[in-house]
Amino acid sequence: MTDMTHSIRMPASLRALGNIVLFLLRSPTSAFGLLVLALLVLAAVFAPWLATHDPYVQDLGNTLQAPGQGHPFGTDELGRDIFSRLVFGARITLTIIFLVSIVVGPIGLVIGTSSGYLGGRFDTVMMRITDIFLSFPSLILSLAFVAALGPSLNNAIVAIALTSWPPIARLARAEAMTFRNADYIAAARLQGASRLRIIVKSIMPMCLPSVLIRLTLNMATVILTAAGLGFLGLGAQPPLPEWGAMIATGRRYMLDNWWLVTYPGLAILSVSLAFNLLGDGLRDALDPKQMNRR
Amino acid sequence: MSVSVDVHDLSIVFGSGPQAVRVLPGVSIAVQPGECFGLVGESGSGKSTVLRCISMLTDFWQGEIRIGGRFVREIPLGERCRTLQMVFQDPYGSLHPRQSVRTVLHEPLAIHKLDDREDRMRRAITDVGLPVSFLDRFPHQLSGGQRQRIAIARALILEPSLLLLDEPTSALDVSVQAEILNLLQRLRDERGFTYIMVTHDLAVVDHMCDRFAVMLLGEVAEVLPRDAIAGNQATHPYARELVGASLAYEGTRRAQG
Repeated sequence: MTDMTHSIRMPASLRALGNIVLFLLRSPTSAFGLLVLALLVLAAVFAPWLATHDPYVQDLGNTLQAPGQGHPFGTDELGRDIFSRLVFGARITLTIIFLVSIVVGPIGLVIGTSSGYLGGRFDTVMMRITDIFLSFPSLILSLAFVAALGPSLNNAIVAIALTSWPPIARLARAEAMTFRNADYIAAARLQGASRLRIIVKSIMPMCLPSVLIRLTLNMATVILTAAGLGFLGLGAQPPLPEWGAMIATGRRYMLDNWWLVTYPGLAILSVSLAFNLLGDGLRDALDPKQMNRR
Repeated sequence: MSVSVDVHDLSIVFGSGPQAVRVLPGVSIAVQPGECFGLVGESGSGKSTVLRCISMLTDFWQGEIRIGGRFVREIPLGERCRTLQMVFQDPYGSLHPRQSVRTVLHEPLAIHKLDDREDRMRRAITDVGLPVSFLDRFPHQLSGGQRQRIAIARALILEPSLLLLDEPTSALDVSVQAEILNLLQRLRDERGFTYIMVTHDLAVVDHMCDRFAVMLLGEVAEVLPRDAIAGNQATHPYARELVGASLAYEGTRRAQG
């Protein structure tokens, strides 16, 4: 029986996904976001084939080359090909986004929905904890964290994750509070469903769309924070081709060799812009008031 | 498998301190096994609150509620769910927008660890007059009347003996109202349910209920048999007024029609 429901449900969810993608492609801004992100993912997946050079190999006889002559984006102060470093840097960026999102999304969703549905003292305690995390500027808390644990990419990811779950928890809580008095929740209670069951099966699916939208919009901030930490030398360590770190080292040569900072800067700009546009598009696509169209 | 319902001196206070509002000052009703009992009254007279208290959706009331002679607070949760179920007013709000009919009907079976789930689901959905293929639909693919039928199927699937109906037809078209009422009537004839039905509409009471209570400001003004509607035999002034107004309205409607 379970097999049967799965075989029925899978195509439906796939069709819904297809509809959402079609909807996104219909508006130029979200189509642009989707396109840039597709490029980012493709670049990360096919990095070894796309890159013209090894991103780590130094060529001291060929430093600070202007774009052209076999180096489309020029070379940096150690003679490394900037284009190849950008392509491999896409992997680091995607790793950061992926890890932060799969940590932050579930934590925010669980804390938010449970405190929103259960209410009372649990809610108060949970919300005071999120208040504490919210009251720190995220970059500063990340800095403190990385300073305490030592600079590395993994610590940067943990630090970013720590600072970006509270807004999501807040959002999920607000959503859960609007649904907790709905008749279908009352019906579930009358069927004897436990609180856990109601939260997981009834509340969470309703909060998921807005959490997904928020998470997508959040990714732009995550990229900027990661780049910021990299820039300050507290994120990815050399010789990792992290975009923020590339700008940090390129800064010293910025006046004479503009390509060292311009291309990584453009990469950060376009990817965070793409996530913002995609998030906006998703907000329209997943709007519950338009659900009947799907 | 009918049960009786005895509500004795039920009262409930919302809020605390100076803002406390006593919504039900002390309601007592007695419903016979297999009876359809109506609760009528104006908005805010506490009709729905009585149902929510009986079903323990609101549990901070005082007084006594007995179902089949047992105190409702002492019935274990699982057994209570298999004794009483509720159908809500708004079929658009009472079904989870992201759950298919199959999920809606499967959940109670999973919670109560019942077997023959596929059979039970098919039976429940045919009982309410819908084809089995509707199991894979989502609420937004159903009309209001179909949704209300699903809500009734959900209430039936645990085979309760008491159904609490909170204005089950007021959100529906007149023609669909009749369908749902006939469905409820047929189910009662077949299974001998006890119904407690909240409604605004005395015509519905006339069609469905054996007796009804007129509620005013949280109190039962008068309990009347169905036959009392036709000649307006109510003695309480408010009940007389209500029945009279309804009769006058029906009269003008008939005269026009």
